[in-house]
Amino acid sequence: MKVHNTLATQTTRRVFATGAISVVAALALSACGGSASTAPSSEAAKPDLKAAGAGTITMWVDAERSPALKDITEKFKSDTGIEVKLVVKDFAAVRDDFITQVPTGQGPDLIVGPHDWIGKFVQNGVIAPVELGDKAGQFQDSSIKAMTYNGAVYGVPYAIENIALLRNTSIVDSKASTLDEVVANGKKAVAEGKATFPFLVGMDPKQGDPYHLYPLQSSMGSQVFGKNADGGYDAKQLLIGDAAGVEFAKKLAVWGDAGEKIINSNITGDIAKEKFLAGESPYFLTGPWNVPDVQKKGIKFAVDELPTAGGEAAQPFIGVNGFFISAKSANALATNEFVTNYLTSESAQDSMYTAGGRPPALKASFEKAASDPVVEAFGKIGATGVPMPAIPEMSAVWADWGATELAIIKGQGDPAEAWTKMAASIKSKIGG
Amino acid sequence: MPKPDVHELQASTTSTTPAQPPRAAAHQNAFHRNLRNSRRGPDSIKGTVLKIVLLGLVDALAVYVLMMLFLSQSWAALAVSSLVVLAINWIYLRKGGLPAKYLAPGVLFLLVFQVLVVFFSGYIAFTNYGDGHNSTKEDAIAAIQLTAQKRVPDSPAYKAAVLTKGDTFYLLFTDPSGKAQIGSTGEPLTEVSGAGKDSAGKANSLPGYETLKFQEIVANQQEILKITVPVSEDPADGTLRTADGSTAYQFKPALSYDAATDTFNDSETGKAYRDNGKGAFADANGETLATGWKIDVGMDNFARAFTDPSLRGPLLGVILWTFTFSVASVALTFAVGLFLAITFNREDLRGKKVYRILMILPYAFPAFLSGLVWSGILNPEFGWLNQTLLGGANIGWLTDPVLAKISVLVVNVWLGFPYMFLVCTGALQSLPTEIDEAARMDGASPWRVFRSIKLPLLLVSVAPLLISSFAFNFNNFNVIYMLTGGGPRFADTDRDIGATDILITLVYKVAFGQGTGRDYGLASALAIIIFIIVATISAISFKQTKALEDVN
Repeated sequence: MKVHNTLATQTTRRVFATGAISVVAALALSACGGSASTAPSSEAAKPDLKAAGAGTITMWVDAERSPALKDITEKFKSDTGIEVKLVVKDFAAVRDDFITQVPTGQGPDLIVGPHDWIGKFVQNGVIAPVELGDKAGQFQDSSIKAMTYNGAVYGVPYAIENIALLRNTSIVDSKASTLDEVVANGKKAVAEGKATFPFLVGMDPKQGDPYHLYPLQSSMGSQVFGKNADGGYDAKQLLIGDAAGVEFAKKLAVWGDAGEKIINSNITGDIAKEKFLAGESPYFLTGPWNVPDVQKKGIKFAVDELPTAGGEAAQPFIGVNGFFISAKSANALATNEFVTNYLTSESAQDSMYTAGGRPPALKASFEKAASDPVVEAFGKIGATGVPMPAIPEMSAVWADWGATELAIIKGQGDPAEAWTKMAASIKSKIGG
Repeated sequence: MPKPDVHELQASTTSTTPAQPPRAAAHQNAFHRNLRNSRRGPDSIKGTVLKIVLLGLVDALAVYVLMMLFLSQSWAALAVSSLVVLAINWIYLRKGGLPAKYLAPGVLFLLVFQVLVVFFSGYIAFTNYGDGHNSTKEDAIAAIQLTAQKRVPDSPAYKAAVLTKGDTFYLLFTDPSGKAQIGSTGEPLTEVSGAGKDSAGKANSLPGYETLKFQEIVANQQEILKITVPVSEDPADGTLRTADGSTAYQFKPALSYDAATDTFNDSETGKAYRDNGKGAFADANGETLATGWKIDVGMDNFARAFTDPSLRGPLLGVILWTFTFSVASVALTFAVGLFLAITFNREDLRGKKVYRILMILPYAFPAFLSGLVWSGILNPEFGWLNQTLLGGANIGWLTDPVLAKISVLVVNVWLGFPYMFLVCTGALQSLPTEIDEAARMDGASPWRVFRSIKLPLLLVSVAPLLISSFAFNFNNFNVIYMLTGGGPRFADTDRDIGATDILITLVYKVAFGQGTGRDYGLASALAIIIFIIVATISAISFKQTKALEDVN
């Protein structure tokens, strides 16, 4: 019995061993056949397309913008047979992922992002220029300028964002143009018991917020970088430490915690928003991203021009969102076709506006969107702005700039000295 | 005739060996039978089928992976993967070798998720990988060539159609005036007549040539993108290229690459950029082109960690604070946890369970969330602590260097004591109560009982956990980064390093931070230094713990 049993198990084992190999082989074959056979069957009429591995374009996009692109990608597919695969990525990590993955060939063909990524992308050799030709004229000048880096356009813009001054009209009913007037109005409102804070701007308690304070700085004639011949920022001309900058630093100390407390280092972006929504301040310096909540809260507000602190125009930084093409796209021609001829279309720009609510970069779409007075106002202010510098050296500027402003606002040290030291530190870092 | 089972043979020989006492032999025999039965388990039909199905699934996946590797031409990875697949099949298909069958998955995961990662970051530490040095030299050259293409100012935009004749691709251009011209790589523009035009006036066909449809253009895109049509005999006029197959522009590269001398030449200024040996092209003045590539730099990163003036000073401070932070965190959490554990271990305490649950609550929150919440609570003006508890005092808990360090420690104790509480409660409950009673009978005070009996016994089981807790806090990124972000910043460095930064947040800032761009090479070198510190301390501590055990 026993012996017989062993024999039986041994044979079955052998049978199964061969069986296993054939199963594995079959699985392998089916897996192989599967991927090869399913693809062309849907596109039987266009065999060439698949043969070149050009059936799809991959685009990295964030969750908010992904639905807005559906219509245009469907149109592209029905026109050309090429599918645009939208891969939703975490916005916070997508830039670094793109930089690390493009060289491996695993990156997407397209990515959506703000224009100030361009410098880093070019430095790492991961994006290709886009030639828009005559179409460039159909976009807002500032948006094309923002997308231009070293004399070449690197992206197709679709939205422009910048900050403005929101005013609670039930507390202060008239428009003011200088910061002094704004502060006077605010203080009056506080004195009358209508508000608690004369003016609100969010401060990051760890890093400061040079972005939001820049209009005040630029209105005093202080800029970060000078420009080179083709209108782009020139890292070798660091202007931030000049006399106007030092003046601004002194003003910051006056506005700060130890002075008039107009800019409060303890008010974070969240707290500022909360206080404005609670009707505790007549003014809030912020961008269009906070407008929906203000509207939802039922607060009556106006979008005012940015107040000036000095004699010059208060220029905000403008951020331009757009589409960028990978330098190693295996499907570069189809991607270019999609980007330059489809994403530049009015319908595509319209639907991006509907999803994001930020003023469109295409003039025709902007005019339609400008029927909304909020968009119109933000757009007008944006037209006076300057593109946020995209040069890679800028990343060395932000941290020092913010930390120094924060220290000055807190009343630590001598503002002029701190500002000059900051400029020297930035200069040593960027080797300028 | 089938061979009798080896074990059976052995069993029968041992049972007949006269030296063996009969009972032992019988025992051994039974043992062997058990062993054999248990070994036969996986060989039953069910077991075999299961094994084959599982192995089949693994192999199917492996074959898929191998094919992908083959298609992507990653030969080294393909060779290694094939060896691994063969090894797995050999291990599971052969008879015997039971330990290997259990060990194989573990070893494999260890290799993939630990050893490989450690070796890779070790390798990165010896390169200049980071912003500007992101890929290979070929990629960098291609990227520079790509960005060097500039449209000739005020040049017209051409409409383009792609045509073929024989094996050559031609581009048929229509200039703004409607004139049709044809050209190809190496064949300058020549005017043609008789071109067929579409309704928009774009020339799209020419007798003797075949016009490509969009699908065909896409299918041949690599060749079509490479077409550069000289505008005239003079190369200075630039070339016509198309990026989308339907429009073409006149481009002229600002830089041209000469493969023979490995230099980029600037056509306007005449400057030559050569490989500077540091992973970038540089001219005679040391000015580099934007895109560089990854090279091996030897020990440079390690040297930089201790010589870079903006790192050297703060690094010492950071190392000191890292030790202070981790030692103090362990000591304080242990003290608080132990105290509470003893308190709640009293037999006569009522509502113990409720208290214990409350105690463990901080442990249930994710640390990074707690960090954010605490950073709000500690806001000088709007924080709950100052406003409600301290009556509106304006104390900069997170902005003063000393107070920030204290705050970080307090929050970390708040986060960490429940763990120590749990551990100590468990250890206390496992101590025999008789010792306690005996000591009390001998007249020892409760403090004496605790100090001389309970604590030493407790330490035997808790000490290894204290060491691992030290290692954990040494790298406690969450609490620092979410609470203070490392700040307030040091004044004596231009890097973004602050009073509460520990080594791991420093590494994070170097690797991903805003400062001077990302520098993976330096970050990996620092990570290796951290590893060496933690490993050394842990090894020494574990040795001490052994001594502790021996004493008891």
